[in-house]
Amino acid sequence: MSALNINNVVKRYGTHEVVCSVSLKIDPGERIALLGHNGAGKTTLIRMILGLTPLSAGSIEVLGTAPGARTARSSIGFLPEAVAFQGALSGREQLRHFARLKSVSMGKADDLLEQVGLGDAADRKIRTYSKGMRQRVGLAQAIMGKPKLVLLDEPTSGLDPVSRHEFYDIVRDLADAGTAVLISSHALTELETRTDRIAILRKGRLVANDDLTALRKTAAMPIVVRVTTLPQKVEQVANELGARRVNGQIVELTCLQDEKITTLGRVSGLGDLIRDVEVTPASLEELYRHFSSSEQGGR
Amino acid sequence: MGILAIAQLEFLVARRNMWVATSVFMMALFSLVLTFAGGATAGNLGVDPLSVAVTSITTLSVYLVPLIALLLSFDAIAGEIERGTLALSLAYPLSRGEILLGKFLAHFVVLAFAIAVGLALSALLVVSQHGLADISFAPLLRLYVTALPLGATFLGIGYLVSSLARQPGVASGLVIIVWLVLVVLYDLGLLGALVADNGGYFTTTIFPFLLLANPADAFRLLNMPDVSVVALASGLNALGSETDKTGLLISLLGWPVLALFLAWISFRRVEP
Repeated sequence: MSALNINNVVKRYGTHEVVCSVSLKIDPGERIALLGHNGAGKTTLIRMILGLTPLSAGSIEVLGTAPGARTARSSIGFLPEAVAFQGALSGREQLRHFARLKSVSMGKADDLLEQVGLGDAADRKIRTYSKGMRQRVGLAQAIMGKPKLVLLDEPTSGLDPVSRHEFYDIVRDLADAGTAVLISSHALTELETRTDRIAILRKGRLVANDDLTALRKTAAMPIVVRVTTLPQKVEQVANELGARRVNGQIVELTCLQDEKITTLGRVSGLGDLIRDVEVTPASLEELYRHFSSSEQGGR
Repeated sequence: MGILAIAQLEFLVARRNMWVATSVFMMALFSLVLTFAGGATAGNLGVDPLSVAVTSITTLSVYLVPLIALLLSFDAIAGEIERGTLALSLAYPLSRGEILLGKFLAHFVVLAFAIAVGLALSALLVVSQHGLADISFAPLLRLYVTALPLGATFLGIGYLVSSLARQPGVASGLVIIVWLVLVVLYDLGLLGALVADNGGYFTTTIFPFLLLANPADAFRLLNMPDVSVVALASGLNALGSETDKTGLLISLLGWPVLALFLAWISFRRVEP
């Protein structure tokens, strides 16, 4: 059974379609990045999954039940985009409250505070916390009680690079334990290696939904091959490969995914003339720009 | 379980944000001042000194209890919408009814505590001035028991306003208007109508029901000495005998239920 099964979901406000016929499936243990501009429908989609907003058409199945059903909610973890906890409470008090709601023991709540790195600050008031620390309170409650599905809306905003790293480690552990994780984010570079699948929403439509390699193939984005030559041979190599000179010892050429092996063969055929080769596939950022701007990006 | 968890958190927040201290302080201050002021005349009139204090405090409570209740409740839903915590709470296995009842439980305890402290201080003051001999505690107890549903009603109205307004700033302005209209202007309006009507159809037939319909007036009438009830609200004859307070009790006990029900209906329509 899928953790989440979204089927031709439409959300209309008046005549304006915010989400247009989106279908998306997430299996247990899968990590999915949901990307899109502001207003692309990411948050609306998450709210429909939680049952906070009714669908205009289509259907959503969360852990085998309707969105918002009590059984579904007890197995869902959710981190809203911008959440401000009561500043007058300490991190421990706030988290213990969530533990009570999820029937999780108080000790588990305290352990979670340690896990997200708030152990030392647990008894300080939340109003004294930095933005990153508040985000950790949110993350701690989202992963509490072994959820089967976790929805994280912009989870790493306000986190420093080290915290982000720790955050993705936590997400990996969750997925390893069989939790399906949906992360909506703008921080593209970090998602590249940290998720199993990328879904891109553009103006309410799902224009991409695949792993990174497949997306590169679909997008037919050129791969950049950078060849470092012997200093005197740069002109010769550039001519042989039909490449562009970058400087006195580096030339650059681009090729498509299908041509990669042949191109590399040609490069290595030059033997002693070259010293190094560097192959850079399209980054997620380039792919994202491709899918979220091109009109024919849909599949 | 969910209700108690919400109540526990709300109570903690009310304590930390000084709402408990403020409520207690307001009730205690005004009760003591009125008891002092009333005590000056009581001795000479040969009336139970506590009854004099109770009469003054009743008049005060009509204004103060709704005010405290509205201040406790106006942020309950609008504030959570603004902070984004309502969406989070609703992602937990909690119904909206449980959230509302949990908040109500916490705020009701705060209110009940504040009123209890105010009345207890008054009683202590009276006893310390006059001794225990001539004092009957029944009016004081009746005042306390009837102030609770009055407060509960305005808690419910506060939640209703809060979920209709959806923004704490708007909600805070609205509850002040609601307080003015229901507690102050309502009675003034009735008075004006009575004077204008000069004992006509309005005075004999409609007025008693309008008086009954307002929980604050019901509260006031229930706590008046019986003689004054007859004098002030002779029109209530239409609803039964002079001493029959069933209608007043129904009004006072029915309002909290109705207000909370309306708040729940309105809260259900809120999309966080």
